[in-house]
Amino acid sequence: MAENLVSDLKVIVFQLNDKEYGVPVSQVKSIEKIMHITRVPHTNPFVKGVMNLRGVVTPLLDLRVRFGMGEQAYNEATRVIIVTVEDKEVGLIVDGANDVIDIPTSLIEPPPEVVGITAEGFIDGVANLDKRLLILIDLNKILESDEVKAL
Amino acid sequence: MELNQYLEVFIEESKEHLQACNEQLLELEKNPQDLTIINEIFRSAHTLKGMSATMGYEDLASLTHQMENVLDAIRNNRLTTTPEILDVIFMAVDHLEDMVQSIASGGDGKKDVTETVEKLKLIEKGEPLSGSAKNEVAASAVLEVNQESHYDEFELTVLKQSKEQGFGVYEIAIALREDCLLKAARVYMVFEVLEKIGEVIKTNPSVEQLEEEQFDHEFTVTIVSKDDPEDIKGMIMKVSEVVKTDLRSLEFDNKINEETIEALDTSKAPGESNSPTLDQSQSIASEVSPVIDKKGSVKQQTNSSKTIRVNIERLDILMNLFEELVIDRGRLEQISKDLENGELTETVERMSRISGDLQNIILNMRMVQVETVFNRFPRMIRQLARDLNKKINLEIVGAETELDRTVIDEIGDPLVHLLRNSVDHGIESPEVRKSKGKNEEGTVVLRAFHSGNHVFIEIEDDGAGISRDKVLKKAISKGIITEQSAAGFTDKQAYELILSSGFSTAETISDISGRGVGLDVVKNTIESLGGSISIDSKENEGTIFSIQLPLTLSIISVMLVEIQKEKFAIPLSSIIETAIIKDTDIMNAHNQKVIDFRGKVVPLLFLKDIFEVPSEQVDDQYHSVIIVRKGDKMAGLIVDSFIGQQEVVLKSLGNYLTNVFAISGATILGDGQVALIVDCNALIK
Repeated sequence: MAENLVSDLKVIVFQLNDKEYGVPVSQVKSIEKIMHITRVPHTNPFVKGVMNLRGVVTPLLDLRVRFGMGEQAYNEATRVIIVTVEDKEVGLIVDGANDVIDIPTSLIEPPPEVVGITAEGFIDGVANLDKRLLILIDLNKILESDEVKAL
Repeated sequence: MELNQYLEVFIEESKEHLQACNEQLLELEKNPQDLTIINEIFRSAHTLKGMSATMGYEDLASLTHQMENVLDAIRNNRLTTTPEILDVIFMAVDHLEDMVQSIASGGDGKKDVTETVEKLKLIEKGEPLSGSAKNEVAASAVLEVNQESHYDEFELTVLKQSKEQGFGVYEIAIALREDCLLKAARVYMVFEVLEKIGEVIKTNPSVEQLEEEQFDHEFTVTIVSKDDPEDIKGMIMKVSEVVKTDLRSLEFDNKINEETIEALDTSKAPGESNSPTLDQSQSIASEVSPVIDKKGSVKQQTNSSKTIRVNIERLDILMNLFEELVIDRGRLEQISKDLENGELTETVERMSRISGDLQNIILNMRMVQVETVFNRFPRMIRQLARDLNKKINLEIVGAETELDRTVIDEIGDPLVHLLRNSVDHGIESPEVRKSKGKNEEGTVVLRAFHSGNHVFIEIEDDGAGISRDKVLKKAISKGIITEQSAAGFTDKQAYELILSSGFSTAETISDISGRGVGLDVVKNTIESLGGSISIDSKENEGTIFSIQLPLTLSIISVMLVEIQKEKFAIPLSSIIETAIIKDTDIMNAHNQKVIDFRGKVVPLLFLKDIFEVPSEQVDDQYHSVIIVRKGDKMAGLIVDSFIGQQEVVLKSLGNYLTNVFAISGATILGDGQVALIVDCNALIK
């Protein structure tokens, strides 16, 4: 029992282009519906702007654009996953987010080393759960590489 | 025991107590005879000792203990306060501050203080510290006498005075049941009873120890009361778990008094240095009632300043939540207006009023009196004056002026710098002052006051003033200005040169001021806070540094403008005026569109293009323009329309979006949307 607890990874599952991705629950603060976005000029194309998250101005990143998938209009299912990485707090715009699952760490494999995968470089690992392929993303990389560009 | 959670409280409180020590010591220096001051210091030191011992900071505790011993000796008239003793106590307080600082920064609070401890011990024993004559035998003799009577002179005076006014003076020995678990609670109940019927003069062990349950099962309390002794006894016995109450009426025959006076005589006898003691006993004998009054007022003071510590982060969260509430309130108001239901409208209106009050309170909670910054200056000036052999009197005016906590945190260092500058370069040495026909003692006035949405802090000295010629010569030699331009400088402009980087007028570099970092650092800090600094000076009469600061950093006045569907906020502080211009007013100069604005050529900036606002081309003959400035330069910002002026809460864009061009932050508008705040300084080169 204790062993199971240690080796399980709880992740939030979200969808992008009908594929499933996961971020560790520990890095997620909340999941929000999309609200009014204020555009911030002179930023990367995937930075959609900022929104008012209960009084805190929070930057929003469109993960579709970030992963080079092509933009899509937001709809009722669109969600914003608020994540915290170190001292940064941002919202990730995804197609939908509705599941929390436990993945045994033994099922997590390193990212496949082939070229041409979308979201390449942002993948932390891949989990294979009964024909359900879950791509675990590396939030650090998503936020980091941007900073260099922004400067 | 897990002490980490108390560490923060410990550090904060220690700082407070040390500050209190510092202040009271300065007071004491002015009135060395005032026993109430000694008592205040003693109390602070005592609490500090208890706290640090509990937290396991032995060095801190032992140094405080030594200090306390000396203070106790002064309090009991075994010693008199001399500048030498005060110096050592000041030194001890300095060490204590260093230790607390070390603890605050994650250290272990250890420090080698043997020298100071030795000095304190010497003082305590009454041995000569640096040749000041003191007699050990006499001191120890007095010690015995005082221990016998176990009331110090202050207490005795109070007791005696009360007796003369017809109060009964009782010493009550109270014993609690041996299996009593909540001793402190019982003590509290006893005190509550006693405070209703009279005034508690002394307890043994001390109140602090009683509160910390540092006693066995018995303690004694001395009170003055007009009530019947039997009644008092009965009332105390009513407190549960009190098993024994022995009441003894104290008689003040002349014997005790004689003893004390004798004691005073003994201590006075050995050397001249002790002569103030005599004055003290006389002054106390003649001014007994004021002493009692003082005690009363001290009590009131402690009652009025009850505070709790709240993390500023929590206040920010509270503020954020409240803003959410305000947004919902706006919606509610809209709905109730649409529904036209009388009762609903009334309720919503009431709620609006209450939340308005609430907003004021929350905003005020972040305000701190500038006193928290000012209170460390008297000490600093005293030290500086001693180091420089100058005589300086620091006057503080308006210490109760309130400023936002964030500004308070930043303003300390610049003020230190300016004060040091005034003391070092402004005030002349006593000899020079004398030869100039001035008072030997220089005066530095630190003044704070409100005016509109700003707080002004002025540092005024009556020193040498700034020499215009010297400044200009220096600036030219440093290559800051050219000789030609120097001639055209007004006096004020010339003075302000000392704030430019690479400038330092002191011929020799001292470690008081002018250590390479010039006053330009001060200027930069103040400007980064959204304030400004100006200098006025008259040679040989003095200098005034005047700092203007915004009341708060978190709330600013802005002009809201609309560009297509997007809203932007432009800080009012950089706006000169707004205007509507016609297409025909726009001229071209080198591909740069400019307008003629009150005789000046002002370049135009189309915010729509700068901020890449998505828009369809609309041709309008008229343009709304906001004239903004940065220093002497101006620019006209073209926007679609003005919405109006508003006070907004300044928010950052977070740690992810840093360095966004021409955007200094964001704010949340009444409808819950975010508006970006334009950084006009970035738009003007």
